[in-house]
Amino acid sequence: MMQDAKLLEVQNIGKTFGGLAALSGVSLSINRGEIYALIGPNGAGKTTLFNVLTGIYKPDSGNFRLEGVEMAGKKPSEMAKSGIARTFQNIRLFSNMSVIENVMVGRHCRTRGGVLGAILGSSRTRAEEKSISEKARHLLDYVGLARHAHMLARNLSYGDQRRLEIARALATEPKLLALDEPAAGMNPLETDSLKSLLETIRRDGITLLLIEHDVKLVMGICDRLAVLNFGKKIAEGEPSQVGSNPLVIEAYLGVS
Amino acid sequence: MKKALKRGLYAVLLALLPFATGMAFGKTWVRILDFALLYVMLALGLNIVVGFAGLLDLGYVAFFAVGAYCYALLASPHFGLHLPFWLILPIGAFAAGIFGMLLGAPTLRLRGDYLAIVTLGFGEIIRIFLNNLDTPYNITGGPQGIDMIDPIRLGSFSLNQPTSHTVYSYYFLFLFFALATAFVSMRLQHSRIGRAWAAIREDEIAAEAMGINTRNVKLLAFAMGASFGGLSGGLFAGFEGFVSPESFTLMESIMILSMVVLGGMGHIRGVIFGAVLLSILPEALRYVGPIEQSLFGKIVVDPSSLRMLLFGLALILVMLLRPAGLWPSPARKRELLAHGETAKHENTNIYDAGR
Repeated sequence: MMQDAKLLEVQNIGKTFGGLAALSGVSLSINRGEIYALIGPNGAGKTTLFNVLTGIYKPDSGNFRLEGVEMAGKKPSEMAKSGIARTFQNIRLFSNMSVIENVMVGRHCRTRGGVLGAILGSSRTRAEEKSISEKARHLLDYVGLARHAHMLARNLSYGDQRRLEIARALATEPKLLALDEPAAGMNPLETDSLKSLLETIRRDGITLLLIEHDVKLVMGICDRLAVLNFGKKIAEGEPSQVGSNPLVIEAYLGVS
Repeated sequence: MKKALKRGLYAVLLALLPFATGMAFGKTWVRILDFALLYVMLALGLNIVVGFAGLLDLGYVAFFAVGAYCYALLASPHFGLHLPFWLILPIGAFAAGIFGMLLGAPTLRLRGDYLAIVTLGFGEIIRIFLNNLDTPYNITGGPQGIDMIDPIRLGSFSLNQPTSHTVYSYYFLFLFFALATAFVSMRLQHSRIGRAWAAIREDEIAAEAMGINTRNVKLLAFAMGASFGGLSGGLFAGFEGFVSPESFTLMESIMILSMVVLGGMGHIRGVIFGAVLLSILPEALRYVGPIEQSLFGKIVVDPSSLRMLLFGLALILVMLLRPAGLWPSPARKRELLAHGETAKHENTNIYDAGR
């Protein structure tokens, strides 16, 4: 059987805060193996949608499916377990843990070792622990942080902290990796290397969802994107189509 | 080889310690050592909740009480039950674990100060229950407590016989359990569960987003910590032969928390050090009275008030001078060191720029 090309299907998601409709009737679909971006002016509802998709908020209406499985209303930890991993706009690492421990925490939901196994040091627990640290080491290598493995996360440079967040999210073996403004605060050099990292991740078969303010980065990297404004989707498609859409230009620049 | 030698040396030292202490200072001090070992167990238990998972608990003594009363009710003439200790200790630890979850469940959403207030209330509730459950049915013996509790027996050998050896035999029993709790703590800290606790301590939202079921993992921390408390409570009841609500006041909770904080939160050796230090130092101050008497011919400052004064002063000084505790974990030390290195690096860079 051929796999469905659609990985994530979002239908009619609505979310209000008090009287404010942060999202109304947003529908979109993300295909397997693509980089999908979400852009829009400040306050357009990008982060709200992102938080709905990662389980921080429950949507007031609508639903979304990952590989056909209904996801709306699940807790964040269940989202991660089902295959949606995320990073945070304002970096949220476990700052007093070492770099490698941060990644090892990401393996939590894919491993099972419990209290008894840990106390008795059973061979299964030890084997699992070994596989956790091997996988973490591999992922650090993958994002280029292997030489900092035993540094405390808080002592990493800003760009490296962002990379570590990505490695930690990858450790949960996501189907969809959701990145909340990964290039925020990066210098052009760091942005370039982030771009190539994202392309490597995509090449390795993980679908990416990206919220980004850096329009140049978005246009250069994503396969398709959606534009939100005032909680509604105003455009969707390939970068070249969206960039010339008058509604989008109006949303960003105002009516002339 | 070297490690084995070092371990053997420690074992010999720990085995000789009570006899040396008994000969040098008398049996009272061996008894103080016994209590120090009980406090080590309690501090290690609280360290799981406070040090590993970062949840402030001011009512920890309640679990100690649960374990102690479990033992008292199941092995005394009070109900006429006389179960063996190897059965009661697990029951007490398990019961305390259940109480730990009962406390944990409603406080899952609370953090910091609010959690501290609720746990403080919980500790008091348990004590007040114990104090008042003598009517209409006499369950806990009320303020009089329960006495004539069976001593701990290994087979047909009672640890209370002959009486002159009691403090020594309990020393070795407590030492065994203290080492076991330290071992379990260590194994837990470096496990998948221990990492999940640390992640919650560092950033709960990020931990949840990484697939950690924070509710279950927190409840597990409460239950594990509480069961250590219940275990040492059972040992305490068997040792003392008498329990009453007076032994389980808020002051005890604060004392145990101070041991954890003073020693070095989250660092097992530091916590053990803190527990030993804080259970022995106040006893040493008892000698201040006679010294004053001989120096000035009268008691100038009451030693018992001096104890609290010095205790408070020591805590303030430690928090000011060594905020991570007297013996912080290597990770914390690394943290401070790394800061120093970064600062040095930055300074030299600024200097370079100046040139």
